[in-house]
Amino acid sequence: VPDATGLELLARELRETKGVGAEGVLGTLHFRGRGTIEVAPARVRAVLAALRERGYRFLASVHGVDYYPQEPRLGVHYELLDMSRVDRLTVKLRVSTAAAEVDSVVPAGEDGPGWPTADHQEREVYDMFGVRFAGHPDLRRILMPEDYKGYPQRRDFPVGGEPVIFTYNERAAEGAGTVSGGAPTEPPQ
Amino acid sequence: MSEYRQREQSVTLSALPQEPGAGGQEPHEELLTLNFGPHHPATHGVLRLLVTLQGEIVRSIKPVIGYVHTGIEKTAEDKSYWKVIPVVERMDYLAYYFNALAYVGAVEALLEVDVPKRAQYLRVIHLELNRIASHLIWLGTSALDLGAVSIFLYCLRERELILDLFEMSSGQRMHTRYFQVGGVIEDIPPGFEGKLREFCAVMPARADQYRAILDANQLILQRLRGTCPLDADSLLQLGVTGPLLRAAGNPWDLRKAAPYSSYEDFDFKIPVGTVGDNYDRFAVRVAEIYESVKIVEQAMAGLPEGPYITGDRKVALPPRHELATSMEALIHHFKLVTEGFRVPPGEVYNAIEGPRGELGCFVRSDGSSKPARVHMRDSSFVNLQALSKMAEGSYIADMIATLAMLDPILGGIDR
Repeated sequence: VPDATGLELLARELRETKGVGAEGVLGTLHFRGRGTIEVAPARVRAVLAALRERGYRFLASVHGVDYYPQEPRLGVHYELLDMSRVDRLTVKLRVSTAAAEVDSVVPAGEDGPGWPTADHQEREVYDMFGVRFAGHPDLRRILMPEDYKGYPQRRDFPVGGEPVIFTYNERAAEGAGTVSGGAPTEPPQ
Repeated sequence: MSEYRQREQSVTLSALPQEPGAGGQEPHEELLTLNFGPHHPATHGVLRLLVTLQGEIVRSIKPVIGYVHTGIEKTAEDKSYWKVIPVVERMDYLAYYFNALAYVGAVEALLEVDVPKRAQYLRVIHLELNRIASHLIWLGTSALDLGAVSIFLYCLRERELILDLFEMSSGQRMHTRYFQVGGVIEDIPPGFEGKLREFCAVMPARADQYRAILDANQLILQRLRGTCPLDADSLLQLGVTGPLLRAAGNPWDLRKAAPYSSYEDFDFKIPVGTVGDNYDRFAVRVAEIYESVKIVEQAMAGLPEGPYITGDRKVALPPRHELATSMEALIHHFKLVTEGFRVPPGEVYNAIEGPRGELGCFVRSDGSSKPARVHMRDSSFVNLQALSKMAEGSYIADMIATLAMLDPILGGIDR
């Protein structure tokens, strides 16, 4: 995005786009020469489809952020790239931990062909932050074991909160390892 | 003709679905799911693939990853900014300079620190040497997968020369922590330039030898030519960048498209392929070795005088000799080593061209001396999604070759 004015114009165009609407775009931020558009979680597919029409055809990255202690806590960022103008744009949305559900951008729909590249990346966001992507073709944990409890990249998940399992605490450690039950059990006297 | 010979002749090696019951045999329609990995020499690390086979033909591939997940992104949140550099270097362990630059560049953007020209050139020298080293490991291990053993030893021989250079400049052969926020940790020592020129003189000739061994070898060519192509549009849909995309004819390269670290000063070409098959992927990477040597030579010849790290004492350590005479320097040194520097709040995504494609680093700062979030958009992680699209419908042997040409690094995928 060239400057703050260009970003504002783009946001206005998006607000006038069918499917996005005035309430779809929540705000813009121009920071260190990079443009960010914050959108309503329910409109993310429409926004990305509209931006694809404007040349942002490459989805470089999808990643999650935890804004703890701010609310709504969880954020999902979509890094878009326009390869012909060499222009990057970040689309960002925020959801609370209680209602951490966003439409997946992976499958094709009536608003466009979808973004197959987001498949593994949305799974990683789900795995690490617990954001569920509705409509994702295969929403499972990707880096952590499938039976893992808790979302390790959340800010209130402690480093070292994972109990080390030895023979003596094998039973007690089962089911622990979540945010609340992270403390390792005492060794037997 | 014996019954055995009749049965042998009735076997067809066509990739097309066979007629059920052809040749009076049982129909070969049965699907077999094969667990491939995680401990398999051809998976380039601990990658597990659930491969569904129909005879010899791959019908579906499901990658299962996470076996070397060590939570580096989480670890980074618990360290001050300058202490994060060594941990992010360990993600993609063949491209440590690239990981460091992606991260350091994001922090520099948040801090609005200018990197001196000499530091930028020194970074380019090390980045391109690292690219050659990474491509050499790729070439050696890929050739191993295709059954050529000796080339692996040759590739490691040249890589040793590069690691010797890294050892000269930083004291470490891998994971060097050479790049710092604002520049590099130390200037290159005397004798580095001579060794570098020796390497630049010898490397193109050695690459010629590799090509003489592989590119003129009928067995290698038959394994690579025309196998598992994928067009540029599908690759872009899947987010694939780097040599894989260039092999399909799209000359996208961030070093040219959005130059960083003074790449605009150097004259180099972007090798591109035509059809995007395994041969093009092979040829593009080998051609990149020559171009990287050219960049290194130019950067060494044009290396400007000046500081190798920013003079901003709030970010970079003061020179050692000042500590004995200057109270200011001592305070800065103490603050930087104990607490680290504080970074203004904000979020930055910084992308560079790694050996495997776009390597992006997202850093969020909350104003403290530790990053609130570090995320690596690792190119191997995204590129791996293309494997099933490339290899489905081909022979299992071609899937091995495709996986080799994809060049996944599991340390980067799992982080």
